[in-house]
Amino acid sequence: VTMRKLSQWLCGLALLGSAWAALALAPPGFQLPTPYRQALLPLPVYLLVAFGCYSLATVGYRLATFNDCEEAAAELQEHIRTARQELRRRGLSC
Amino acid sequence: MAAAGTGKVSVLLPTYNERENLPLVVWLLVRTFQESGNNFEIIIIDDGSPDGTQEVAEQLEKIYGSDKIVMRELTSVLFSSGTAYIHGMKHATGNFIVIMDADLSHHVSLYLIKQKEGNFDIVSGTRYKGNGGVYGWDLKRKLISRGANFITQVLLRPGASDLTGSFRLYKKEVLQKLMEKCVSKGYVFQMEMIVRARQLGYTIGEVPISFVDRVYGESKLGGNEIVSFLKGLLTLFATT
Repeated sequence: VTMRKLSQWLCGLALLGSAWAALALAPPGFQLPTPYRQALLPLPVYLLVAFGCYSLATVGYRLATFNDCEEAAAELQEHIRTARQELRRRGLSC
Repeated sequence: MAAAGTGKVSVLLPTYNERENLPLVVWLLVRTFQESGNNFEIIIIDDGSPDGTQEVAEQLEKIYGSDKIVMRELTSVLFSSGTAYIHGMKHATGNFIVIMDADLSHHVSLYLIKQKEGNFDIVSGTRYKGNGGVYGWDLKRKLISRGANFITQVLLRPGASDLTGSFRLYKKEVLQKLMEKCVSKGYVFQMEMIVRARQLGYTIGEVPISFVDRVYGESKLGGNEIVSFLKGLLTLFATT
């Protein structure tokens, strides 16, 4: 049985979360040099914002490239006309 | 395992009040199969439609032969896509099963070709890739569609670009296996099938399709639909 998506996410977040907490929130004595800690602390928020931007860009791009099928619609109307003629011929009351 | 060129295809068509569309759908299917040379049958599973759908189905049966058009009635409070398919499959004699709604029937032959190409277990239509697309959709509807699909991809990583499509071809034993495992209702059921198929290691081929809006009848996409979609998505996220 494969691991559920929710479980995968929770595990992943727990792993990253604890790694971040260990490094960024370490008590004095175990701390990394200041510049590293300063970069690390807001990292989760940065990542969230980055993901938000990526999402907007991706959805926007896909929205812009969403095909409109004019031909298919016209073709379908054709088929419908033909279908109705033939079915009427064959005895369908429609 | 016979490839699509030689296999028989059973089309399952659940209907409710499809009096107008049904003859057109059947005609298109018959024509497609005659062109492709596949042996086929169309199984119409009607949910006790009050608009005369069954009468139309019976007329079609007379026109095309009762080996080609099979009418099954399923009047049950629990009618949903799921129960309709289970019921339809009991009588299906093909080794490929096509599941579709009675409002779109363009590209059956494309599916058969694709299946032959890669001997896929499942062939699914996608509106989002290749020259797939939609017709008559306004910006709002497209945005909701793309947005919902994006969230689905992030959460479920399903390995297929379009999950809510209602037009698929399955190998019969694959569909039977999946029906046992899937528990959702309605179109969430369709999504669940793809996700589970992926987990079970089945191969999924994709075919770009043009989704032309309902020929007759209204297509609804209101707040309710969105909420129920999200609920279904979160359920799948937590259970698959």
